Amino acid sequence: MPAWLVTLGWAVLKASLILGFVLFNALFLVWWERKFAARIQSRVGPQRTGRPFGYLQSMADVFKLLSKEDVVPARVDRWMYVLAPIVIFVPAVLVYVVVPFGPNLIVQDLNIGILYVAAVTSFTMIAIVMAGWAANNKYSVVSAMRAAAQLVAYEVPLVLAVIGPVMLAGTLSLQGIVRAQEGLWYIVVQPLGFLVFLTAGMAELNRAPFDLSEAESELVAGYNIEYSGMRWSFFFLAEFSNLVAVSAIATTLFLGGWQAPWFLPAAVKGLIPPVVWFLAKTYFLVTVIMWIRWTLPRVRIDQLLDFGWKFLLPVSLANIALTGLLFPVLVRLGWI
Amino acid sequence: MGGARTRPEPQTGARENVIELPVLAEGSVEEISGRTRQRARFRGDFEYPGDDFEGPNVNRWQYLPQTPPVEDLLVEEVREIEGNEREMVMNMGPQHPSTHGVLRCVLGLRGEAITRCRPDIGYLHRCHEKLNELWSYQGTIALSDRLDYLAAMTNELAFVLAVEKLLEIEPTERADYIRVICSELQRIASHLLFFGTTALDLGAVTPFLHSFREREAVYDVFEYISGARLLYNYMRFGGVRTDFPPGTDKKIREVLDLLENRLPEYHDLLSYNPIFAVRTQGVGVLSRDDAIAWGAAGPVLRGSGVAYDLRKADPYSGYEKFDFKVCVEESGDVWARFMVRMKEIEESIKIIRQALDGLPEGDARGQVPRFIKPPPGEVYARVEGPRGELGCYVVSDGSDKPYRCHWRTPSFHHVSLLEFVPVGHLVADVVAIIGSMDPVFGEVDK
Repeated sequence: MPAWLVTLGWAVLKASLILGFVLFNALFLVWWERKFAARIQSRVGPQRTGRPFGYLQSMADVFKLLSKEDVVPARVDRWMYVLAPIVIFVPAVLVYVVVPFGPNLIVQDLNIGILYVAAVTSFTMIAIVMAGWAANNKYSVVSAMRAAAQLVAYEVPLVLAVIGPVMLAGTLSLQGIVRAQEGLWYIVVQPLGFLVFLTAGMAELNRAPFDLSEAESELVAGYNIEYSGMRWSFFFLAEFSNLVAVSAIATTLFLGGWQAPWFLPAAVKGLIPPVVWFLAKTYFLVTVIMWIRWTLPRVRIDQLLDFGWKFLLPVSLANIALTGLLFPVLVRLGWI
Repeated sequence: MGGARTRPEPQTGARENVIELPVLAEGSVEEISGRTRQRARFRGDFEYPGDDFEGPNVNRWQYLPQTPPVEDLLVEEVREIEGNEREMVMNMGPQHPSTHGVLRCVLGLRGEAITRCRPDIGYLHRCHEKLNELWSYQGTIALSDRLDYLAAMTNELAFVLAVEKLLEIEPTERADYIRVICSELQRIASHLLFFGTTALDLGAVTPFLHSFREREAVYDVFEYISGARLLYNYMRFGGVRTDFPPGTDKKIREVLDLLENRLPEYHDLLSYNPIFAVRTQGVGVLSRDDAIAWGAAGPVLRGSGVAYDLRKADPYSGYEKFDFKVCVEESGDVWARFMVRMKEIEESIKIIRQALDGLPEGDARGQVPRFIKPPPGEVYARVEGPRGELGCYVVSDGSDKPYRCHWRTPSFHHVSLLEFVPVGHLVADVVAIIGSMDPVFGEVDK
């Protein structure tokens, strides 16, 4: 077999695995979010489709979305309107290229992994602006403008928060950062960085309390107001994919990735495979983000910008300075 | 927030499309009794041939605000203002998740800042006051349920009090207590819904469902008392339709205990949440003078620092017997209006407890015939509804139907405040401000 065919085969296999993960993940999370939100709101959530827990609810949703008429409204900018759902979906899948699911379970361990993540996730906003502008609806335009303003406000603290773990690990590769956390997870020495990352990450995900660009009570639905059927579901798919991606990156950077907790004896560590640890931590963070979403009211756009520029940015800068100052101490203590 | 807010100039110019109506002397109401029920065209720039109006003193109706100019309600892409300045015109409603029904606001936007807000009403108009003239007095009780459909009990009470004034009868003492209990339970139910929708308007879904859970408990009590959950048809002239069924006392006390347990939970979840505080404090400030001048009432007025509550100022149904506070907040913002309502729930619980303790024995139904013909005359009765002063003005011509029945509904006045309160705020604040007025479009559009 020629070498190029092998490479191609591997690439196709890995791509299909990621796509499969993204799709099944969305199916699971739609159900999980509905059940979880229902428990918070003292309801029971879906239970009829797939008794007794409603586990077939997302399948029913998918069939409904697939069978819907594909509507392109008359006055939209047709090219951008059609392209936006694709543009939002592609980066949502691309992020998973560098996410280490296990010691050997990674598509490509790029040596600039974390930079790649920051670059790819920013693409989402371009798609949102495209969708908002193309729909030719005033609500979606306002939504797109909010998204653009939001992007600059939280993207900077997000990247600065990442610098802490990078300094400690001495590498930009995500796999390298995970391996460096064998003795101690970085959340212990980087609590500030972790909080900044999670907060800015929620802003990136457009989830409450930062869901300004799809603020249901103000902008009706925001940028996807004119979308329906499968086109709309691409936005939805991307949202859930990004939710897991941000949680996975946070797990990788601060919660030791696929590493078992450092304080467990070696015998116990060996019992559970690394990928289970990774997924458990990731979905725990996903649940925390959902928990916050269903508890807090939404902030206003000027308050979000204030929060991003005047609070998160100084805090993340202080975190970098602190990390630099404490680095020799931590090394002497043998913590890293 | 809080940029420059300008109040629209009061309209003092010529009112060319209002016909001067003949002013009749006091006591001339008798002249109309027995006449054919001819209606006047109160407003309009045309005259009907043979339109020789004679009627009661309706001269005050010409002071109704004029309808806004049509061009203010058109939605263009952008609007040119002063030279190169342009603003986007955004149509919010009547189909919008946060306009509490069918309010339509035409917003002028520069960026997200509101330069102009023009509320437009009438999408739920169902000729309510005209129907009042066609239905018998008894039927009008059921009809008045449909005004403010979230506070049907207080609507009924206002109408029943008015007709009792006409008939010059007093309800039984037990009926008075039952009316107070029902009014206060209704206030609690309505304020619980307000709590939920405020949270929803600000993007928090969970408090909404929690408050509806408790509202259900209150509605269960209503169902037990009157057989209906939303529109009760429970008040009657001289009393109420049926006495409390056995066990009502226990049921109501259970609900009150439940509420007292849950209210601190609400405050933890929403009221003292920092995000909620920054979203509501200093937003939509309504000054004391504006509130009085624009006819605000109820929690909106009390949120602006005016301690005016009809239950104290003009007691009806024996409210003077109960010990409760008038809840006032000074700041006049969304937060103040919210807190006034939350405190009122606690006061209502106190009132209901006192009323249950002192509930006298006796007949809850008055000895009033089912078919009544009140003597000619005009009366105004008012109650403190959950949204403010709810007035009912009834003119009788001696027949079995009201000659005229006008409702002074608080939400109507509060919606008119939207013309200047949101100006200078952001789109997100408009939603919060509309929510803090707590309008119900059943009573705005009538």
